[in-house]
Amino acid sequence: MAEQPTDLETRVGPKIEFRGDPFASRLSSFPWWFLGLILIAVWAVFIITTQESYREAFDFIKQGIPVTIYITLISFTLASVIGLMAGLARISRSVVLRNIGTFYIEVIRGIPMLVLIFYLALVAVPSVVDGMNAFGEWLDGNGLGFLGGIFLAIENKNVPLEARAVIALAVTYGAFMAEVFRAGIQSIGRGQMEAARSLGMSYAQSMRYVILPQAVRNILPALGNDFVAMVKDSSLVSVLAVRDITQVARLYAGRSFRFAEAYTIIAVMYLTMVVLLSLLVQLIERRLRANE
Amino acid sequence: MSDPKNMIIEAVDIYKYFGDVQALNGVSLTVEAGKVIVVVGPSGSGKSTLLRCINYLETPTSGEIYIDGQLMTNDQRILNETRAEIGMVFQLFNLFPHLTAQENVTLAQNVVRGRSKEEAQEIAMQQLERVGIPEKADVKPAQLSGGQQQRVAIARALAMNPKIMLFDEPTSALDPEMIKEVLDVMLDLAQEGMTMVCVSHEMGFARAAADEVIFMDNGLIVEHTTPDGLFNNPQEERTKLFLSQILQH
Repeated sequence: MAEQPTDLETRVGPKIEFRGDPFASRLSSFPWWFLGLILIAVWAVFIITTQESYREAFDFIKQGIPVTIYITLISFTLASVIGLMAGLARISRSVVLRNIGTFYIEVIRGIPMLVLIFYLALVAVPSVVDGMNAFGEWLDGNGLGFLGGIFLAIENKNVPLEARAVIALAVTYGAFMAEVFRAGIQSIGRGQMEAARSLGMSYAQSMRYVILPQAVRNILPALGNDFVAMVKDSSLVSVLAVRDITQVARLYAGRSFRFAEAYTIIAVMYLTMVVLLSLLVQLIERRLRANE
Repeated sequence: MSDPKNMIIEAVDIYKYFGDVQALNGVSLTVEAGKVIVVVGPSGSGKSTLLRCINYLETPTSGEIYIDGQLMTNDQRILNETRAEIGMVFQLFNLFPHLTAQENVTLAQNVVRGRSKEEAQEIAMQQLERVGIPEKADVKPAQLSGGQQQRVAIARALAMNPKIMLFDEPTSALDPEMIKEVLDVMLDLAQEGMTMVCVSHEMGFARAAADEVIFMDNGLIVEHTTPDGLFNNPQEERTKLFLSQILQH
């Protein structure tokens, strides 16, 4: 009669034997995926240095790198501010603010990012500027020319596409980051706000000095991930003819018909930036955890 | 109420509902400046709610609270000004975990009282010495024991120079060997003449420090008397029952 398997064995399946071989276990835990990424980088450097067509493509496309970086940095900074305000609005005691915050987030989440970029840059921004101009003229007509001047200073034809792209990215990402901020603030126990308020601090002071420092610390990894995602999504601004690496690569490919060269190079560029930034985010996360 | 100026806390006919739950069913209470009041009662009797209504952490459903003659409302300016005069100590300490002990004590002095950094730090050190842990000034709350955390919390409240101190079961979350260090600080404070309202089950503290003891049940004040009167001569059946349950051992 066969022995009945013990309860433990039936639940966890057959026992895995390592036979005390540290080499085998080290092989199985080695980050092969990372080696793969490094191989891609080495291969990219190799073809750029050895093949004329790739080197030309690289030299042309690299002029888009600063644009990609500054569009991402400015948009992310703006998006953080919008996200913080919208997140605070979402948990506000004011019915009006709460609804405005939720409305904004739901609208943005319900529209594809590409469509939003077109809409914000080509419809929303011009409408707002038109509105400001009209208000300025109305002020002018009513003898308030000194005030009207402020609203007439910006004209649609003077709003560069880069600025529209930044506004579009920031407004879009602000909605996602609002939810991150809201969750971060709500992760702080009620007692913290009560303790701060019981000392006579106002709601704003309690947020500023007690809740937000703790909340931001908690959500730093999530914010880092949003930043990495924004590096990638900044490629969408190429549809506005902003000369980021995606747009420059499209121009190069269209002109030279070297599609493989152009798109391989931007793919590797994005991959490199994203992997490096992800490693940085992990490092920061580990630092924070060590400090706790 | 022969001399109303002396009544630093006046709660008039306070009702508080949480949805359908009635936490307070018409509680009136006056506290004379310098007196120590201990509030006892079974859990759910409304003692903590009463305490939290005094500094308006909970807004009463109806009724009025006067602090030193000032009617409490939801006007934020009045709230903040009045709360600065009322220190509160919580069951779970509620220290700010991202700040050191000293920073915990300086923050509100700085932000609310507008004291300079140096002045606030000096006062913080005095208060930390008063509660007996000046050596922990640069330590984060996570590195402190429960008793030490609660003493920092008391120092944080005292640094605002409050006229009133509210204690919401300050020793309930502490290990037995740490209860004494917190009670000693509270006892000192009582002897220095601080007006205190304490929700506490520490009968020893009530006997030693309280001028008046309140027994609450079902959102009502059942008995309001002296410690001696409550422990040795309770009038109401509910009070006797409660005391027999907690004093059995």
